[in-house]
Amino acid sequence: MSTATTAPAVSDTSQERRQLERTWSDPPGFYGWLISVDHKSIGKRYIITAFAFFVLGGLLAVTMRLQLARPENHLVGPDLYNQLFTMHGSTMMFLFAVPVMEAMAIYLVPLMVGTRNIAFPRLNAFSYWVYLFGGLMLYTAFFLNSGPDVGWFSYVPLAGPEFTPGKRADFWAQTVTFTEVAALTVAVEIIATVFKLRAPGMALNRMPLFVWAMLVMAFMVIFAMPAVMLSSTMLIMDRLVGTHFFNPAEGGDALFWQHLFWFFGHPEVYIIFIPALGIISSIVAAFARRPVFGYLAMVLALVATGFTSFVLWVHHMFATVVPGMGKGFFTAASMMIAVPTGIQIFCWITTLWTGRPVTKTPLLFVLGFFFILVLGGLTGVMLASVSLDSQVHDSFFVVAHFHYVLIGGAVFPLFGGFYYWFPKITGRMLHETAGKWNFWLFFIGFNLTFFPMHQLGLEGMPRRVYTYSEATGWGDLNLMATIGAGLIALSVLVFILNVLWSLRRGEIAGDNPWRAGTLEWATSSPPRNDNFDFIPAVAAHEPLWEQKEEPAKTVGLSTEVREVLITTLLDARPDHRLTFPDPSIWPLLSAIAVSILFVGSIFTPWAVVWGSIPVTFALIGWFWPKPGKPKRTCRWKSRHDP
Amino acid sequence: MTHDQDIDVSNLPSYAFDSRGLMWWGTLGIIAIEGTVFVLVLAGYFYLRQRTAEWPPGGLPTPELLWGTLNTVVLLVSLIPNYWTDRVAKRHDLRGVRIGLPICLGFAVVFLIIRVFEFGALDIRWDNNAYGSIVWTILGLHTAHLVTDAIDTAVLAVLMFTGPLEGRRFSDVNDNAFYWYFVVLAWIPIYAVVYLAPRWL
Amino acid sequence: MSGFRQRPFEKGIAQPSRSCFEGRTAGGIALSIASSGCSGIQSALDPAGPQAAHIESLWWLMVWVSAAVLLLVTLATLYAVSHGRQARGLDAEPEATPDPVAERKRALIVAIPVGMTIVTLFGLQVASFTTDRTLASLSTDNAVVIDVIGHQWWWEVQYVETTPSLRVTTANEIHIPVGQPVVLRLQSNDVIHSFWAPNLAGKKDLIPGHETTFSFKADRAGVFRGQCAEYCGYQHANMGFLVIAEPPEQFYAWLKKQRAIPPPPDDPIRQHGQEVFLASTCSLCHTIQGTPAAGKVAPDLTHIAGRQTIAAATLPNTPGNRAGWIVDSQRIKPGNRMPPNPLTPQDLQALLAYLGDLQ
Repeated sequence: MSTATTAPAVSDTSQERRQLERTWSDPPGFYGWLISVDHKSIGKRYIITAFAFFVLGGLLAVTMRLQLARPENHLVGPDLYNQLFTMHGSTMMFLFAVPVMEAMAIYLVPLMVGTRNIAFPRLNAFSYWVYLFGGLMLYTAFFLNSGPDVGWFSYVPLAGPEFTPGKRADFWAQTVTFTEVAALTVAVEIIATVFKLRAPGMALNRMPLFVWAMLVMAFMVIFAMPAVMLSSTMLIMDRLVGTHFFNPAEGGDALFWQHLFWFFGHPEVYIIFIPALGIISSIVAAFARRPVFGYLAMVLALVATGFTSFVLWVHHMFATVVPGMGKGFFTAASMMIAVPTGIQIFCWITTLWTGRPVTKTPLLFVLGFFFILVLGGLTGVMLASVSLDSQVHDSFFVVAHFHYVLIGGAVFPLFGGFYYWFPKITGRMLHETAGKWNFWLFFIGFNLTFFPMHQLGLEGMPRRVYTYSEATGWGDLNLMATIGAGLIALSVLVFILNVLWSLRRGEIAGDNPWRAGTLEWATSSPPRNDNFDFIPAVAAHEPLWEQKEEPAKTVGLSTEVREVLITTLLDARPDHRLTFPDPSIWPLLSAIAVSILFVGSIFTPWAVVWGSIPVTFALIGWFWPKPGKPKRTCRWKSRHDP
Repeated sequence: MTHDQDIDVSNLPSYAFDSRGLMWWGTLGIIAIEGTVFVLVLAGYFYLRQRTAEWPPGGLPTPELLWGTLNTVVLLVSLIPNYWTDRVAKRHDLRGVRIGLPICLGFAVVFLIIRVFEFGALDIRWDNNAYGSIVWTILGLHTAHLVTDAIDTAVLAVLMFTGPLEGRRFSDVNDNAFYWYFVVLAWIPIYAVVYLAPRWL
Repeated sequence: MSGFRQRPFEKGIAQPSRSCFEGRTAGGIALSIASSGCSGIQSALDPAGPQAAHIESLWWLMVWVSAAVLLLVTLATLYAVSHGRQARGLDAEPEATPDPVAERKRALIVAIPVGMTIVTLFGLQVASFTTDRTLASLSTDNAVVIDVIGHQWWWEVQYVETTPSLRVTTANEIHIPVGQPVVLRLQSNDVIHSFWAPNLAGKKDLIPGHETTFSFKADRAGVFRGQCAEYCGYQHANMGFLVIAEPPEQFYAWLKKQRAIPPPPDDPIRQHGQEVFLASTCSLCHTIQGTPAAGKVAPDLTHIAGRQTIAAATLPNTPGNRAGWIVDSQRIKPGNRMPPNPLTPQDLQALLAYLGDLQ
């Protein structure tokens, strides 16, 4: 069939630039925003939506803390409280933590590898809409007093048809379906982008550690999330069509749920943690003014952590009837996973030691990470012991542990990343003093909230209790924790105000305010629609630091259609050009069709059958090629202004 | 003026086959996800098996072999037109593709019909017991893959007749064949577990 | 009952003595304030038996090791950011390709903490496995065997005997002899629960479809509180229980008393109370031995007056609390399975008198 028609080389640079910018821009107005397939636009809305869920989840937590601040409190009764902790956990795990990390990848990975868009741009848009609709469904159910109340991991038989009537558990299960579809599609995009869209010369061993972290995360998503998709679908089937997966009376098993769920659930927390490690590497390198020490060890540590996380899941089941010998294996694995993380920490410390860091806000959050994450990791080693776990499992000790590792290990780096990349995304710096206030309020508030919980767990306070008696003596520590929660809320408020203020009045950032070395800093802030006028050619590890003279570029991609360069897997040699899709309404339409199918199937199994029909049509509309577009008329070959 | 070291990619092709192409990696991603689902559900089958003394439970006979085995044969034979279509697509042979895709589609219709008989011959419902639940789920999941594969092939077949056509569409045929291989080959362990394992366990 | 002191209250949960030092010396009181977390009747840090004691030792080992690690990492990090090699700042030239020789030297240095990490983790694993084995080696010779069946939201307790007439069924309160091993056979009637009495041992889940055993021993007398530790629905927070460890003679005396069937009431008020009980819906759910009431879905009330708490260690067992519970338990423990019983004051008083005799 027809291939490229050769076109005359054009030499007017500014006209070329404008043409390229137009080709990659979205149509104007709200409709343009709806049909955008630009990774930056999608990435931004993903980050903002995930942050909104973070705030919602935080408000749920503050409500819980207010109820628990005093013994025998009557602020919130058992039914609402049980919904609160379920919604809090589900929001944070499914609607905030994984989506926000994927969102950082969506925005930054194409820039860091030197390409114009993420692979499968329409799928990217589709993923956002599915995620949004899933979150909206869950909160609608909650505000209609049908919020799930079975805990974020929804154990059976409690969540089964006999003990949770109504649709509460179904809304939980289907939220999982929505968010896992969204996460899986993004994971595929990330892998394809990293493997095939890297700038020429960016061999695998020249990729930023952030990109490696996102690549490892994406693989983990692909192998872990199917387990929870399967288990949540089985739960809906038990509840809706009478299957017996989890019904012991008919050959099913309550532990079947736990195995399937935790096979996902353990890698899930590393899916959240590993991208944060990538963020740390980016910030440490920039602020230590040298590449992270021990690149190969760092990459291997990421991969080892990813792999090992898949063989830990039974440590969530130490209190069950799993045989003792089996448990011993999981103790060993759960302790040894600390080794690759330890290696990373030692490498970062070495990097900082041999540089001279400037303690601006991004680095403060990194330092906060070091303290909090290490503490959390140490309690994790304690929990890895079957004997010790038998005392503190399902108590507030565990609540303390996982907040230390998740907030310390993921949220602190995330905030550091916000401060670090806000200039790139918006073109302005966040206010530095407000940033310091943000950090210290968060650090102090966090420790005040969660450190006492270790003690509470040892003193016998179980999880998920809406109240406790005066005589237990748990009141003082709970009050302390509630005060800390207030400080955390205040620190998040400071952040939000900082963002709102800085969007208007922040210092103009310029291309590279941190003088960092990776490719996202080689373009304007915010980046041009096409990311780079010319795809850069990469010859070194930290391209902006090492390539002093004007580096080589890639020329010859069209300015009139959205062309990207596909390179080879290992060495990133140019292989072929590919035309990427223009903005399209089909991802949104498909997401609507899919959402109708998902929500409908909470109420009737026939929704799967009838709902597939609009989904099929939407997907056909999506994939059907557009006729007769003028292709490749203009190749931009010259780079220099005349 | 261009810089000496600049890389001029204007003469590179605009699509590629197999793992050189981007869509192939997308297809591989789907295969990895769905393959993981199959591995997990088959593991679940064995997990539930070891919870019961008798399997299939309740005195039920082991699943009858006729329709399942017949479908296995049909699926395996369908690999031939699938392979052939893949090859002619890589040679940019439009006529060949216009013959091959409808043949593949014909096979798809046949194995979907036989699949209906397979369900019928199961002799147990999904809501009888955990055995029924897991067997229906395993077969149901694979059937969903057969259905999507059939629809993909049908849409592609129509497209290759009506257009709009360009070189990339041959790469799409190539990716479709890749997915077809997965759906057929994934069936083999599933067949072994659903039909043969209860006879041996 | 040694170790237990009742305090006056209006509502709320049983108030056993909190600190193990309380009432002994003034200094003990001061110490108890200082170490407020280290004692208590529901605390893993105040072991009353070997299982909890072994775990507590492991805990202290891990705490000290962890504190040392945290301190070292924190110090190294703070040093790294404040005493770097040279003063720079963001405008200074980055060291894009550090000297490979220097990097190799640093790699050798970094290998040391990595090695220390591996060795430490290995040591902790050994400590953990040793503790696991020690816990498993508790002898169960001459053990008291007790079936514990979890319900939403109470604990059914049955003392196992081969002779049916010697079996004892009670609820939410487990008496055990000091110094003798106890084997619990755990099952669940509905959803997953978890039996956790931290002073005595770690927890074990009660999983429907999976019966399991769990053994421990008390080395000193006392009243210890436990609570369900696996979220089990509405009133998970108020599914507590008491383990009362007493000297063997006292325990066997209690058991004997529990086996006795209460005689029929001998005065008109109590007789009327029994009539009220049998005529109302009570007997659909509860059992009182020696009467036709044989309901199995709620706690056995044969010896209800002898228990220290009601509503699964939620309320002290006083007539006032019993009255409030009978009339409308939903106001105390909303969502629990017992319906309100609007009785006339006369009937209520008679019923209370009758129940009050069931020691």
